[in-house]
Amino acid sequence: MAGDSIPLLEMRGIVKQYGSVAANAGIDLTVSAGSVVGLLGENGSGKSTLMKILFGMVRADSGTMIFKGRELSGHSPRAAIGAGIGMIHQHFMLVEAMTITENVILSLGPAGRRLRKREVSRLVRETSERYGLDLDPFAVVGNLSLGRRQRVEIVKALMRGAELLILDEPTSNLSPPEVDRLLSVIRRLRAEGKAIIFISHKLGEVLEICDQIVVLRDGSVVGHSESDACTRVGLASLMVGRELDEVFERSTASPGLKLLELHNVSVPAAPGGSGLSDITFSVRSGEILAIAGIDGNGQLELAETIAGLRPAKVGTIELAGTDITNTGVADRIATGLSYIPADRIGTSLVPSMTIGENLMLRDSHRAPFSVHGWLNSSALDDNAHGAISAFGIRAPSPNISTKRLSGGNQQKIVVARELARAPKVLIAVQATWGLDPGATQFILDRLLRLRNDGAAIVYISSELEEVLALGDRIGVMFDGRIAGIMSRADADVTRIGMMMGGLETQSSVEEIRA
Amino acid sequence: MDSAVLDFLAATIRIATPLMLAAMGGIISERAGVFAVGLEGMMLAGAFGAAAGTFLTGSTAIGIASSIGCGALVGLTVAVVAVRFRADQMVTGLAANALVAGLTSFLLRGVIGHGRTPVIHTALLDPWPVPGLSAIPVIGSLLFQQPPLTYLAFTATVPLYWFLVNSHAGLLLRAAGENPAAAYSVGANPAKIRTVATIAGAAITGLGGAVLVLQQVGTFSDGMTGGRGFLALAAIIVGRWMPFGTMAACLVFGAAEAMHLWVQVLGLPVSSYIVQMLPYLLALAVLAAWGRSVVMPAAIGVAYGDPDRS
Repeated sequence: MAGDSIPLLEMRGIVKQYGSVAANAGIDLTVSAGSVVGLLGENGSGKSTLMKILFGMVRADSGTMIFKGRELSGHSPRAAIGAGIGMIHQHFMLVEAMTITENVILSLGPAGRRLRKREVSRLVRETSERYGLDLDPFAVVGNLSLGRRQRVEIVKALMRGAELLILDEPTSNLSPPEVDRLLSVIRRLRAEGKAIIFISHKLGEVLEICDQIVVLRDGSVVGHSESDACTRVGLASLMVGRELDEVFERSTASPGLKLLELHNVSVPAAPGGSGLSDITFSVRSGEILAIAGIDGNGQLELAETIAGLRPAKVGTIELAGTDITNTGVADRIATGLSYIPADRIGTSLVPSMTIGENLMLRDSHRAPFSVHGWLNSSALDDNAHGAISAFGIRAPSPNISTKRLSGGNQQKIVVARELARAPKVLIAVQATWGLDPGATQFILDRLLRLRNDGAAIVYISSELEEVLALGDRIGVMFDGRIAGIMSRADADVTRIGMMMGGLETQSSVEEIRA
Repeated sequence: MDSAVLDFLAATIRIATPLMLAAMGGIISERAGVFAVGLEGMMLAGAFGAAAGTFLTGSTAIGIASSIGCGALVGLTVAVVAVRFRADQMVTGLAANALVAGLTSFLLRGVIGHGRTPVIHTALLDPWPVPGLSAIPVIGSLLFQQPPLTYLAFTATVPLYWFLVNSHAGLLLRAAGENPAAAYSVGANPAKIRTVATIAGAAITGLGGAVLVLQQVGTFSDGMTGGRGFLALAAIIVGRWMPFGTMAACLVFGAAEAMHLWVQVLGLPVSSYIVQMLPYLLALAVLAAWGRSVVMPAAIGVAYGDPDRS
């Protein structure tokens, strides 16, 4: 049934500009009934924006959308649903305390007002059987697995008459059997003539389920083909699409002793997050291990596990030869660990406190900042002035609250504080997120300087350019595992892209290339 | 049956009745996602409304209507501040309680007493014996010779349960309290639902105040609710936000308080203060045991604004 002649949906020349960044720079997309179109791309490639435009959550600056022969213009999510478009968000819009039937009635809006629970539950059961969703209409949503909740969202969309379903990263929170189940549901939907847009960065799944594949990069379509004609290597390099180049001057690494060692570390997945399975690596003094990966593949969990915010259930973590697996955060800090989390406002800074106070926060209990339990305000000021000039923090005085600073200056405070402690091991996550190029460069330079002074650094980022610029060795995380670690000399974007897409481990990449 | 036991059971029902109405009002508000911390004030306003309305017009019917209106007014205030302007619900409720305590004392003296503390007496509502049933020995006198608001308090659980569980409006109300964003995404207006629920709940809670005045005490005095609003709040928690469970909790709390009369009669060596603590201890135990589980409305206390407006 794939590839009907009259398309169900035609998007033409979709443009959406956010400030100076073109999230969508003239995208065309065609979807036929009874087919699955894969939308592939890295974080920030424009796929989410495109789908938000289609679903009426965001208005395009220009371009046209024709669905079932009628133009969609100025529409809202409600109009999109009315027209027959259903979107399954990554974060479900379900009321956990209610049953599946109640959630469906709720989703039907005013139309559901006249329906009786018994009728709706019968329809839910029928729909569920028809598409193999395996749902009990009377089950309470809060007790269901994530895979089942996703299928509740699918039932909701189908019962509202959806003919086109948008699945946004549908497999990112699912276990492998649940993924298989979802793929078989998608096949049933396709066989019943529904059209599906499958958004993903996982190459394997996309190749398995999609009839056509559209690859987006930097807001443009960079590849569009029948999935039979695609190769994994081709898709990976299209998706990543960069050449490795030296971003700035850097000295070569001179690694010394192993400062951080992880042996077979595993952490169970928290609800809605990734777990870690069997992570083993080590980082030496004077070396940066940069870890790439699409967001949500366990990077955050890895950082938090090393930092001591999450207990490692299995395996051991050693810091400078000391086993820190079961020690608390304070002990790890004392042993010489520093952590720069991704979420600087939530985790590292107290926004309402002053710059000076934030800068001494980690060491406020020690001399020179406090003596016999009393804070020493002149030490606080000296420290703050020093950091402000050394890091070029743009602030009129150390006594203003950090929430009044820009994101870049806030990040400089976090970095200044952590680097001032001369850590043996530094874990940094997306340390340059949201910063302008100047501030980014500055922070990367500081990290390199710390490494030259003999620290071991784990730098985690979903920005591939940054990973390539900074890493002496480059690791890739996928699905809670280290998909591979390669030296800087061996790094190759296609290979990294394939690992990010979960296709191959290191060895099988070699086989394909051979 | 022993007359002491009968007295104990009668006291249990009597004490539970105002709690019941306040708790039913509180369930409506909390199910929609607005903490019912203001129950105490709503109840006190209702008591004042009942006393003033009856005293000034001589009609208990107007007194009852007035208690509903006064409760609803407090509900409107809470809704405007906590829902429309998204202030902290806990603080808003406590402020409403303090406001009503002051305002009723002032109005009592300023409007009714012309500057002095008036002594007002209102007629008590007569029992309405249920024909036939009231003749049943023991149970008849206990259950079917009650004044009208008592019947209302206990039978209201059935339509309230039906409304919450089986009606579309009830579904939307619960959605507003569980996941307002989901309710909004299907075209409902959670802020409006919460406003209406808070006011409706407050009106019913006001009736609980009327019970105190028109069925039990026959007058209004400063702060006469004496923490019953908070007791009702505890009953909602123990009853897991469902009408029948909450009714059971109100009866248990009523029994605990009736017990302290009994303890005195029998001369047991237990401090009545200890006995009066029991309902709150029970509420704390329930909270500690279940925690913030699925049963508690998930979005309770979480301000929600119309995304189009903010």
